[in-house]
Amino acid sequence: MSQLVLDRLKTRFGAAILETHSAHGDETAVVTPESWRAVCQFLRDDPAMSFEMLTDLCGVDFPDRLPRMEVVAHLYSISRRHRVRLKTRVGDAELSPETVELDSVSAIWKTADWLERETFDMSGVVFREHPDLRRILMYPEFVGHPLRKDYPAQKAQPLVEYRTEEEAGLPLEKLAPFGPDEGMSFGRRTYTRSEEN
Amino acid sequence: MEPIDLDLEEGELELPAEPMRLNMGPSHPAMHGTVRMVVELSGETIDKVDVQIGYLHRGFEKMCERGTWAQVFPYADRLNYVSPMLNNVGYALAVEKLCGIAVPDRCQWYRMALGELARISDHLTCTGAMAMELGAFTPFLWFVKARDMIWDILEEETGARLTHSFGRIGGMAAPPTPKFKEMCGFTLGKVLSIVEEGEKMLLKNRIFIDRLENVGVISQADAISLGWTGPCLRATGVDYDVRKAHPYLKYDEVDFDVPVGRRGDTMDRFLVRLAEIRQSMRIVEQVCARMPDEGPVSVDDPRVMLPPKEAVYSTIEATIQHFKLVMEGAKVPKGEVYSYTEGGNGELGFYLVSDGSGTPYRVRIRPPCFSIVSGVSQLISGGMLSDVVPVFGSVNMIGGECDH
Repeated sequence: MSQLVLDRLKTRFGAAILETHSAHGDETAVVTPESWRAVCQFLRDDPAMSFEMLTDLCGVDFPDRLPRMEVVAHLYSISRRHRVRLKTRVGDAELSPETVELDSVSAIWKTADWLERETFDMSGVVFREHPDLRRILMYPEFVGHPLRKDYPAQKAQPLVEYRTEEEAGLPLEKLAPFGPDEGMSFGRRTYTRSEEN
Repeated sequence: MEPIDLDLEEGELELPAEPMRLNMGPSHPAMHGTVRMVVELSGETIDKVDVQIGYLHRGFEKMCERGTWAQVFPYADRLNYVSPMLNNVGYALAVEKLCGIAVPDRCQWYRMALGELARISDHLTCTGAMAMELGAFTPFLWFVKARDMIWDILEEETGARLTHSFGRIGGMAAPPTPKFKEMCGFTLGKVLSIVEEGEKMLLKNRIFIDRLENVGVISQADAISLGWTGPCLRATGVDYDVRKAHPYLKYDEVDFDVPVGRRGDTMDRFLVRLAEIRQSMRIVEQVCARMPDEGPVSVDDPRVMLPPKEAVYSTIEATIQHFKLVMEGAKVPKGEVYSYTEGGNGELGFYLVSDGSGTPYRVRIRPPCFSIVSGVSQLISGGMLSDVVPVFGSVNMIGGECDH
């Protein structure tokens, strides 16, 4: 049913739609980062699309690929009861792989305000023209973006230093941070920063 | 003697006019969960407010990328800790959608019954806590008593009152106990009478009504643009319920209504939740009438299901299968999926990305609370400081899912 949405996107935007596919009943369109805001605006305002709700927005990190970050949005239309998943791949691979920028859509959907703040906080996507791009889940002193694959899961950044064993007077070997593989399943892939290799 | 208010105009009092900044939370009796609000007040009116969340952030999504697919269930429990079964079922459905597994009929009915019981307990907690924050302590105690009765059923079924971890990829951990239907029938009647009693006490109370009516009003367009779902959206009059709009499990086969409000104020949110308790009871009754007493509750698929314990201890094949499932995890085909169910507060979505291994590549939850709490600043600015309490109570913020 939402195949209609993909067809319409392709006729309207042509080359800006990089690929489309449907799997498990979810329709997906991958668009260029430059057309991100235009596509979102079109999907909300076009009467045949009318995606009034931005359900979700998140980043997925693929450190092995060249534009490393995928920003994924899930849209829903209450009036037409259809859904579409919109994706774009961002990341300036040549200059610095750390920088990931995208246009903000917070003027189109109000909920994008917080969702973009969260995506910035967790995955480090900088949204241009966002009114108030602050960290939302982590504290302001936090360094790095925890949901990037090269952020070590066992890393801790306590605002107050952990006590030492002398201060506590008892063995503290079970306090965080735990060992990197403690309690982990076999065959798990890990990612490390390139400079540490 | 001369009245003292005669020469008011000449000697008008000069009151300080600059706004006052006030911190509410993160630990504050009215902020259930831990959330901090920095409000700017002029007098008792709120000019500006900054809602700050994240005090309960536990790195849920990062943790999920470390274990196996099945190890996410205990984390899912702790998202919305007043209706953990709905999260369990939501996650199980998401993984099954990615694997292309269809669970047996009996399991689908069973999931619905447990899920609706969890929804009742969720709404009882929210409405009860909201009344308590406004000073009505008795209904809170009654509702918690009713909630405890429901948790008694869940404890009997799953072994745990709160964090059940009862869902499995491809089924449930155990079949329903023989007394399940009897317990439901017996308990729901008692819960209903408690709800009616509490309702009578609250809805005939002028003070309670005055504090809720026309407080924290939101328009339909704003609620949709803010991404609201669930009872809070339905209170504005939009009849969007995932169970009706996109039925999963067996929701298309049972008969229930979607209660909606009219004004989108705090009172409507309160009433919608109470009405949904009754609808959930209707669903549980129908499920009890139609759930078969015999038959499997899990798929017969050795790729995802653990073998029976007796076989693990007596045959080498089952031992190997058990070992591989526990240590490497069930292999989920490469791909991505977005699955959505109706959670206690609205649409609970799971966006899963798999690289074909036994460990999730990315687990993204779409907690209904996050969007709703992002709209709180709009609801309370312009209002009185004392309105923060009922408004915040009515959106039912659950720190676990809001802060991930």
